[in-house]
Amino acid sequence: MKIAFTSKGNDLDAQVDARFGRCPFIVILNTDDKSFEVIDNQSSADEAHGAGPKTAQKLSEYDCNVLITGNGPGGNAATLLEKLNIDIYIGAGDMLIDDALNAFNSNSLKKF
Amino acid sequence: MKEIVVISGKGGTGKTSITASFAYLARSVAVIADCDVDAADLHLILKPTIKRKENFYSSFEAKIDPVACIGCGKCERVCRFDAISSENRIFTVNPLNCEGCGYCEKVCPVDAIKMTQKLDGEWYISESRYVTPLVHAKLGIGTENSGKLVALVKNVAKQLAQKSNKDIVLVDGSPGIGCPVISSLSGAHFVVFVTEPSVSGIHDLKRVYELAAKFNISAGLIINKSDLNHEKTNDLISFAEQNNILFLGQIPYNENFTQAMIKGLSIVEFSDDEISKTIRQMWTKIVNFVEN
Amino acid sequence: MKIAIASGKGGTGKTTISTNLAHYLSQKEQTVLVDLDVEEPNSALFIKGKLDKVYIKTRKVPFWEQQTCVLCGDCVSNCNFNAVTKLRNEIIISPQLCHSCYACSELCSSNSLPMIGLPMGVLQTFKLDNLFFIESKLDIGEEMAVPLIAQTKEFVNQNYENNIFQIYDSPPGTACPVIETLKDVDFVLLVTEPTPFGLNDLKLAVETVRELKKDFAVIINRDGVGDNEVEKYCNDENIEIAAKFPNSRKVAQLYSSGELLYNKVPEFYEQILVLEKKLKSI
Repeated sequence: MKIAFTSKGNDLDAQVDARFGRCPFIVILNTDDKSFEVIDNQSSADEAHGAGPKTAQKLSEYDCNVLITGNGPGGNAATLLEKLNIDIYIGAGDMLIDDALNAFNSNSLKKF
Repeated sequence: MKEIVVISGKGGTGKTSITASFAYLARSVAVIADCDVDAADLHLILKPTIKRKENFYSSFEAKIDPVACIGCGKCERVCRFDAISSENRIFTVNPLNCEGCGYCEKVCPVDAIKMTQKLDGEWYISESRYVTPLVHAKLGIGTENSGKLVALVKNVAKQLAQKSNKDIVLVDGSPGIGCPVISSLSGAHFVVFVTEPSVSGIHDLKRVYELAAKFNISAGLIINKSDLNHEKTNDLISFAEQNNILFLGQIPYNENFTQAMIKGLSIVEFSDDEISKTIRQMWTKIVNFVEN
Repeated sequence: MKIAIASGKGGTGKTTISTNLAHYLSQKEQTVLVDLDVEEPNSALFIKGKLDKVYIKTRKVPFWEQQTCVLCGDCVSNCNFNAVTKLRNEIIISPQLCHSCYACSELCSSNSLPMIGLPMGVLQTFKLDNLFFIESKLDIGEEMAVPLIAQTKEFVNQNYENNIFQIYDSPPGTACPVIETLKDVDFVLLVTEPTPFGLNDLKLAVETVRELKKDFAVIINRDGVGDNEVEKYCNDENIEIAAKFPNSRKVAQLYSSGELLYNKVPEFYEQILVLEKKLKSI
């Protein structure tokens, strides 16, 4: 399974960023072999509008099953993520990625 | 670090006066961010000394190079915003009409049109008269507040808070319910909604509540000028109770808001009466809630 | 004659003055009040008129035709607003981000993005006594105010003579919706309060109307509540103060319950008469 985390940093030691569209990085963890990939999303800070859809487009190239974030995406991005069949879990803002993963595994994150 | 955002739907509810009071009460533990850049007034109370000033570029506008232009008129024909006009085959752009879509740039056969970033405003890191850091911005005429600017102001404030070990980022949020408000709320831990007991106040509370609920952010309610309409005040309180919104308190119609403003003070600095006590209690409630 | 009532920020009393002025004027002359604060229109809370007509207003956005699309992705790069996204084998339009520039549609090599009408809001016409009242309201979730304001102005131009009083209740602020509202009015009345915040917001509003080269005057609302700085500023800048509405708790109370008040508060009525005289002199 591939789990995407909106992240403040570019590795597995980072904290989850509560935002979706304007999160600086997305860390994607493959739970089967514990490998990870990183999407650099720092350019989202340059978008006046529509940062959410643009981030969703980047994410679409990675075949993720689950997205773990803080507040949840705004309306435009939510529509796109629905098309990607990604389950979104929220409430992990500021948690360490590891802690967020544990919270997800113990069903204590809220489904968006 | 906790991010607390103060918003109101329509203007004139006393949001900035209340935020200024909170800023005073939190002066030693907070960084303040003014994201109400359309009508930024917080600086009138916090009287910041600007420490760092940066230009803000966001939107684009078309520029036509008169030397390269061959006067074919394609750009004028494709523009849906009447932003390009010509006199004697000299084509010019009216920046107030240009939406920045770049269609003209794409159809120009000789690459005479370039989309250039517009200087939309400035943002600042300042030191308020409480010595508390303040991040704020000023936009040019006809420039819209955007999620980008709000995100930038909040980000700078958060970085400052981290660097200086402050526990709270206090945000004076944007009005309305559009993109800037979504950006104001995104990443927040608590949202304080300031309203008044009028037909539009209730209407606005419902819309903002929907947004906060979707983002899973805990919310609190302050009713200002509560004695102007007791029936509507009660309606607001019961809406808050039914929807799990923390009722923070009410403030009767009070001239201190204006008098304090004229003195350039927050309400809690201006006097020590009932109103000030109420506002202090509200802030304590917020801090207690956020910390637990 | 088109008169806009505007202010640098919300909550200064713009709507109270527009609705009362328009209703008063309509007793004597043909008057139409137009609420162009399409994001938060609230004139209707005070003008409880009889509904006449309802129009659904639309704006053009692209629609993806899957059959003919070759998935080249040109539309994505031709959109400067992130409104067109390519997700795997699908093109997705985010209408809320679309500015209706037509670039994606007209530059599509396989003509797979025709522009279609998307409802953005509702224009309603009402009649209260002799007053014609038009309100446009954006649908919830719609963020683009300018196209609806532009279409509402067009509606007014098509349906009402230009020699009657046309009162525009403007959106607050100094951004694009305000520019669109003020662009072709004959006169602007800027409403402010005599307070430091009021003065700061007034200065921004004055900058805006000056940039648009409009004739304008200032209305001080809740006169007496604050200080004299607004008046001083107007004198220094040679700006006419058209009227001063006194601060009154009664006005605030009647407002909160959504009532017209010029015939209930004499000192308010007086200032409406002053405004009438001013408008007739333009």
